[in-house]
Amino acid sequence: MIVPVKWLNDYTPVNVSAEEFCDRMIMSGSNLETCTMMGTGIEGVVVGKIEKIEKHPDADKLVVCQVNVGKETVQIVTGATNVFEGALVPVALDGAHIPGPLHGQPKTEDGVTITKGALRGVESCGMLCGAGELGIEDKCIPMIYKDGIWILEGEYALGEDIVTALDLEDAIVDFEITPNRPDCLAMLGMAREASATFNTELKMPQTKCKNEVDDVNDYIKVEVKSDLCKRYTARVIKDLKIGQSPWWLQKRLIAAGMRPINNIVDITNFVMLEYGQPLHAFDIRQLAGAKIVVDTAKDGEKFVTLDGVERTLTADMLMINDGEKPVAVAGVMGGLNSEILEDTEVMVLESANFFSNSVRLTSKALTLRTEASSRYEKGIDPNLCEEASDRFCYLVESLGAGTVVKGIIDYYPEVEKASVVKARVSRINKVLGLDLPREQMVSYLESLEMKVEGEGDELLVTAPTVRQDIEIEEDIVEEVARLYGYDNLPTTLPRGNKEAGEPLAKTMRDVARDSLCAMGLNEILTYSFVSPKVFDMTRIDEDSWERGYVKILNPLGEDYSVMRTFLTPNMMEVLARNYSRKLDKVRCFEIGNCFTENYMDPKALPDEGYSICIGAYGQGEDFFTLKGVVVSLLEKMGVKDLTFEAESEYGVYHPGRCARIVAKHNLELESGVVEEEIEVGIMGEVHPEVMENYGIKTRCYVCELLLDNIIAASNMEIRFTPIPKYPAISRDIALLVKEDVTVGAIEKVIKDAANSLLKEVKLFDVYRGDQVEKGFKSAAFSLLYRDNDKTLTDDEVSAVHQGVLKALEEELEAKLREM
Amino acid sequence: MQEKLNEILNRAKESLEKATSIQETEDIRIQMLGKKGELTSILKSMKDLSPEEKKALGMGVNKAKAEVEEMLQKKFEEVKTKARAVKLQAEKIDVTEPGKEVELGSKHPLTVTIEEITKVFKNMGFSVVEGPEIETVFHNFDALNAGPNHPARDMTDTFYVNEDILLRTQTSPVQVRTLLKEEPPIRVISPGRVFRCDTPDATHSPVFHQIEGLVVDEGITMADLKGVLDSFAKQLFGENTRTKFRPHHFPFTEPSAEMDVSCFKCGGKGCRVCKGSGWIEILGCGMVHPNVLKVGDIDTEKYTGFAFGLGAERVAMLKYEIDDIRLNYENDMRYIKQFK
Repeated sequence: MIVPVKWLNDYTPVNVSAEEFCDRMIMSGSNLETCTMMGTGIEGVVVGKIEKIEKHPDADKLVVCQVNVGKETVQIVTGATNVFEGALVPVALDGAHIPGPLHGQPKTEDGVTITKGALRGVESCGMLCGAGELGIEDKCIPMIYKDGIWILEGEYALGEDIVTALDLEDAIVDFEITPNRPDCLAMLGMAREASATFNTELKMPQTKCKNEVDDVNDYIKVEVKSDLCKRYTARVIKDLKIGQSPWWLQKRLIAAGMRPINNIVDITNFVMLEYGQPLHAFDIRQLAGAKIVVDTAKDGEKFVTLDGVERTLTADMLMINDGEKPVAVAGVMGGLNSEILEDTEVMVLESANFFSNSVRLTSKALTLRTEASSRYEKGIDPNLCEEASDRFCYLVESLGAGTVVKGIIDYYPEVEKASVVKARVSRINKVLGLDLPREQMVSYLESLEMKVEGEGDELLVTAPTVRQDIEIEEDIVEEVARLYGYDNLPTTLPRGNKEAGEPLAKTMRDVARDSLCAMGLNEILTYSFVSPKVFDMTRIDEDSWERGYVKILNPLGEDYSVMRTFLTPNMMEVLARNYSRKLDKVRCFEIGNCFTENYMDPKALPDEGYSICIGAYGQGEDFFTLKGVVVSLLEKMGVKDLTFEAESEYGVYHPGRCARIVAKHNLELESGVVEEEIEVGIMGEVHPEVMENYGIKTRCYVCELLLDNIIAASNMEIRFTPIPKYPAISRDIALLVKEDVTVGAIEKVIKDAANSLLKEVKLFDVYRGDQVEKGFKSAAFSLLYRDNDKTLTDDEVSAVHQGVLKALEEELEAKLREM
Repeated sequence: MQEKLNEILNRAKESLEKATSIQETEDIRIQMLGKKGELTSILKSMKDLSPEEKKALGMGVNKAKAEVEEMLQKKFEEVKTKARAVKLQAEKIDVTEPGKEVELGSKHPLTVTIEEITKVFKNMGFSVVEGPEIETVFHNFDALNAGPNHPARDMTDTFYVNEDILLRTQTSPVQVRTLLKEEPPIRVISPGRVFRCDTPDATHSPVFHQIEGLVVDEGITMADLKGVLDSFAKQLFGENTRTKFRPHHFPFTEPSAEMDVSCFKCGGKGCRVCKGSGWIEILGCGMVHPNVLKVGDIDTEKYTGFAFGLGAERVAMLKYEIDDIRLNYENDMRYIKQFK
């Protein structure tokens, strides 16, 4: 809401600096968007009268004016075409300073200095100014002199400083109005706030006409057929004399950011800004049957609004019709077919109230937002209709713009009455942590034009009906708090103490994040929605769970239309982006929420669960580097007993370089605890086709782990085992095995065959080459034996070790190689 | 004989003076005291002498031996020290050469910010609670006192899955879930991801993060709200931070406020970050609206509470002077790695 402070002073005399005005209004609840000064940066510009205009001897497009500026007459050359002899104009004298910009030039920070000079050989002692050159916004300059010199209407002393003559200086404050305070979308609403803030008197505008003639019922009939209309009033004004508004009125509109058009339109806008009540004027000649019918539109009906655009209506849009056709979209915009023209003699003034949501939906559907619709959609007090209408009539009469017809047609089936809100002094003090006396609260409320009754602890508050936000006790608490001043409230800490906990899932995510960062991986965050194409791009099977996605009804676009079910596609995209930006090595991870359809109950919330996704490419990265990271991460998360099972079917990965990661977890059943295998994730080298789909030309490695499954398999408990007291005996063996015998299988045979003396099995070499037959490989392990209670003898170890070797030979045809 | 001993002693002295290395010194030791050394040989030649002569000579040799040993020890020390100095000198390195790379990973700047904020509140006894990111219209709007025609419900503002389920537009539904589940005293925060239909540009993102807070107990006042949030601001932005509470409006609090903090870049003098005002708007807050407490069946006469919410992106961007919100979701490693 734009508030010109001088205009505000018409209703309540706030005599403080603009800065103080803004600060105190902010603290009482009117938040500031901007505060700008109008009429500044103008020096040496005076009122002049063009005495004589002659052609420029050497330029067709220039004229030479003799301008009387009071003490003297100066010669000024101008290219403007709207000047005439006898016109009063702003004259920038030699050395004058104006904010600019000069006509047709870009705006400069410091304005423009005007100096004497010669234009095509003819001396020019200054410049005649356009309104834009004096800092008036382009969109507010009246059309008649928008592209020319500002022609001043009225009487001014020649030579008078233009800023003083036009009273241009003002502070223009733009307030942010929160949705609960639509009453503040009006000068009177802001005046009410200012009056309470500065404790100044509030003066309401004049609304009583002196002379009213005829009877409105002889001119117009009103019929309301839809309950989307809460109130409809109509008044009639005849003998219209349409012309320019006086400067004081134009200035108010310009300061509020509106362009003056003509007196009738200007008064409509002025009253709307004053009361927040939109008004609309119809030319009665255009209203068929001298009738107004308020009703919803016919589906598919076409209608041309004032802006010349043809719009298609739907059956839920409320329209103002005459006896035959629609003439306005209710609360949004009038029609081209009934607007006030230069020769309109009799007009109907609509001052009405429509259901806010209806206006909001209509304005949205038509993508047409106007000053009127933006007020209606936030809610207007229907009690304002009549007063605003009267104010319009008063201004028309006092400006001599027409004769007001007696009476008002008023359709108002359900009168909005002020309700009484019950509040308690004790409760207000309890919520605010204060100890204010009742009188102080009453005085705050009364300063907001509220009536306070009741006694003792009880406050019975009646707010003016424009204050639709005052409904319950807490609303009264807020009014008292803001006028007392939030900054004046004490600052305390709540008593009592609570221990701070957090969900296990969060703790585990934090553990994962800290561990991965410690291992040199960088965290990424990606959007939760993806393109449905990613499932093909990552070669996910048609019937795989990853395709059980949740679809967004109204996405920003196809690329953001489904919720991610796993993180791998986003990881691929991030790897690809970094790759395309020529980063030669990337190691990163994301811990993010994923969503899948709720198969059990499609109407319930989808399933949500966190994944941990790791991705890497570049020098030093391979399957085993990533596996090392995964093992360390899971160890830190309490999952220590892992197996990696080769997987060749999962589309994302290279069929020969992919593993499912399986852990053990204890399932508690009624019959007892059962150990079960649980898959915690999958990892591998990304399939070349997937890499191609993402445009990556280097091998990359990805792992995706499911947090819920990790938690199920996790045991974060750590129990100390004594440091061994007795020495261990190590036996190294090199086994010759067929190529398809896995290290995992060998390890399993070794562990199963040995007894508890075997403490550790470690692979230290795999060899393929000249020394080994084709189709075979040599795998070298180091086996560590130890007895926790005594020093082992060679014989004791050999007994176990021989058993291991025998099992290897029998089960895997593994032969011992000479070391 | 004594002359011979003197002569040997002098020679030992002379050659030790000339010796410069451990090896040379060792050679002299062997020459003098070794199995075939000169002093050893003299002792060996004693077998033909009378006991008195043996005694006299023995004493002389032992004295000479002790002298030589002492000289040798001194020399050994000297040459060893010298040799070590030479070695150390030769082993000098250029300490300005770079260290071997041990790369530490970076957390995402938004995580860093959320963790910092969370830590401050946890220190004040706030528990962390979480809620689903895909929510019901009830939890996201209805229960939070947003009227049926509230514009935020529009499909131009909120992503919907169906008419009852949406992507939460705020972390506030976690307030509702907490009130439905827990009894006062309640003191929780809930950091999390939220969604709004905003086309990405430098200042808008359809995905962003909020941190929500809720306190409900007997005797909670607006003064407590100010105290907690003022303390939070001082802990997060520095102890000289000042706060300002301005009246504002949110459907789920009454009275409502916005909190500004004195600019942590310029201290309030006015700069680019605070756009010259000296203040930065940081969060929204207020006393929990009774309609919200009633959803949790909480006795509004007995209990009062306050709630607040702030945007992690906003704090991170102000703090690190990040000029484009989209950088957070692009994940260029050159961006992420700056937040170690």
